Amino acid sequence: MRSILKVLGVVLLVVAVVLPLIASADTLSDVQTRGKLICGVNSTLPGFGFLDSATGQFSGFDVDYCKALAAAIGLDPGNDIDFVPLTAGERFTALQTSQIDVLIRNTTWTLTRDSQALGAIFAPTTFYDGQGFLVRKSDNIKSLKDLNGATICVTSGTTTEGNLADAFREAGLTLKTKVFAKTEAAFGTFDDGGCDAYTSDKSQLASLRTISKDPSNLTILPETISKEPLGPLTRQGDDKWFDVVKWTVFATFFAEEKGITQANVSSFQSDNPSILRFLGKEGGLGAKLGLNEDWAVKAIEAVGNYGEIYTRNLGPNGLAIPRAGSLNASFKNGGLLYAPAWR
Amino acid sequence: MSRSATTIEIDRPPVIRSGPLRWLKENLFSTWYNTLLTVGSLAIALLLAVLFGHWALTEAHWAVIPANLKLLFVGTYPLDQLWRIWATLYMVALFLGFSGGLHRGLILQIALMVAAATVLLALLPFAWATRLWILATALSTLVGFGLGRLTRQSRTSRWLEISLWLLSFPLTLVLLKGGLFLPVVGEAHNVGGWNKWGFMLNLLGAVVGITLSLPIGILLALGRRSSLPAVRLVSTLYIELIRGVPLITLLFMASNMLPLLVPTTFRPDIVIRAMMTITAFSAAYMAENVRGGLQAIPQGQFEAAYAVGLGRMLTTLLIVLPQALRAVIPAIVGQLISLFKDTTLFGFIAILELLGMVDSVLGNLQWRGTIFELYIFIGFIFWIFCYSLSYISRRIEKNLGVGER
Repeated sequence: MRSILKVLGVVLLVVAVVLPLIASADTLSDVQTRGKLICGVNSTLPGFGFLDSATGQFSGFDVDYCKALAAAIGLDPGNDIDFVPLTAGERFTALQTSQIDVLIRNTTWTLTRDSQALGAIFAPTTFYDGQGFLVRKSDNIKSLKDLNGATICVTSGTTTEGNLADAFREAGLTLKTKVFAKTEAAFGTFDDGGCDAYTSDKSQLASLRTISKDPSNLTILPETISKEPLGPLTRQGDDKWFDVVKWTVFATFFAEEKGITQANVSSFQSDNPSILRFLGKEGGLGAKLGLNEDWAVKAIEAVGNYGEIYTRNLGPNGLAIPRAGSLNASFKNGGLLYAPAWR
Repeated sequence: MSRSATTIEIDRPPVIRSGPLRWLKENLFSTWYNTLLTVGSLAIALLLAVLFGHWALTEAHWAVIPANLKLLFVGTYPLDQLWRIWATLYMVALFLGFSGGLHRGLILQIALMVAAATVLLALLPFAWATRLWILATALSTLVGFGLGRLTRQSRTSRWLEISLWLLSFPLTLVLLKGGLFLPVVGEAHNVGGWNKWGFMLNLLGAVVGITLSLPIGILLALGRRSSLPAVRLVSTLYIELIRGVPLITLLFMASNMLPLLVPTTFRPDIVIRAMMTITAFSAAYMAENVRGGLQAIPQGQFEAAYAVGLGRMLTTLLIVLPQALRAVIPAIVGQLISLFKDTTLFGFIAILELLGMVDSVLGNLQWRGTIFELYIFIGFIFWIFCYSLSYISRRIEKNLGVGER
């Protein structure tokens, strides 16, 4: 009896150690077997991820990329996604421990995060953000230098705090901060006059300005003190899955470049070989990713091309972040969005 | 030295003046500084009331509440399955009415309170269909009451009552989450797990937490007073370790550390982990509450029990525990109330309970900046529930005569 228990114990231990390794090795087939994509998102960020009161469903820029991914894998983007709301502090643990398949939660691409240290790997950037400052026009602050010795409200636990310290050290300015755990509290304090400036990514500044007591008195300083390329993340050591995520993002870039939209993708006519390969009519590219041949078509059918995703979530009716002339424009218009060769 | 006759003055009985003016003079305006304090406090209170009233009537965007009512209360629960939540409510109302019909007394009062509350709720400007759904709760209580009155003579109805209440727990979970004959919510619908169910999660967390932590707490309390050193040590260690750590730390451990240690296959989902944590946490406090009750039992009670031939087990079950638990009812209800409020900490591990749901609603550009409206609303909701609980606890104490002996 004793020995049986011992053997059982050893077996259980081995199973416990080996199973997670097996489970995390091939996310793509895991997701396909499960029939459900588990997507880590932000549930509190305007434009990027929130619960829509009208539909009771998740909505936003990042959420649309979850949908595109689900559609590319052959799942139903309306029903087969489990959105897991995550806080900034939880997101990497959730990814490392396979609680989610992919993290699409306005996460900045940095060396540390991309390295062994976090065990994460970044798919192409979907939104180039950058940290800036929101100040009151009446305070007559025109540039970063005018913030010498000023009190700055900032949210903790993100890259924002570190960037702020770096920028002030570089410019030789004295930094005084008020650190908050919550965006609402930090911005509220600034809006009530408790700080001279509020710092965050410019996309967020744009959305926060709309809830200020006096939006017309607020202005965003011209300086951008950081690079904040935001994009999806997967786990290191699962290249097959990473390729799927990466090329789904590229598919939205490529579709915009070639004028393929949500409305016309199913009936798109072209003699261009790379478009034919994109539409899955030749080339067998889907099989190379382990997907159906119509994977890109499905992704575009679900959410549209990059331009459509951007307009829907960040365009004039939403956050109203200007796209023209920014890094988020297509490479044809001087931006950074560029899909590699479709062959 | 001549002595003149002194007349004795007799004090007349004091005239007792009463009335509101008198009360005011004695309590609020007795001295000049009391008068100053009264006037000052009144002025401040009035100012605050005017400021708040002005904000509430002119500036506040109360539209955010009705527009997000469904999200706040049941979160992403699929609309076509909402009847299951109503069914759960009707079931509890029915059982309450049934128990009320059988025993009358306090339980009937509670049932009537619930019925009255639902009728009041139906007076709010809901759609007519919603009102019917709400009113059916009161109807369900009435039906239960009738059944209880009719069958109160039979012995089987008492047994039926106990088994119904025991069954209500798994039934609630099956109704809400699925299983047996119902589709599982979260598998067939685009709502993911049940980590986005809004206020329902607060209620579920509190009910699960209190139901499970009471028996565990009693066992721990008995264990801590056990004469077996190993049992005593383990119980004491558990209680002191858990009580030495803040709940939020335990929740972070359950959310972030547990997944590092336990492989995916054996990992319960985040809501279960949170409920396990809050149960484990609450059990340690419950144990100390119960231990307080146990220590209040005089030695004579044990001796008397042994003298009539009861063993240790029966002494504990029949003599000690009933008295001990009765003595600590206020503490237990206090624990229940704080457990209920603690469920809002789930929001910090990204479970969209009521507080987390508020953050999510605020993430919608349409509702940005309505943070005060939302927080006032959820504060009100929590107040209603917590006040009702403490009211019921006061009634229980009165009925049991706690504090009168």
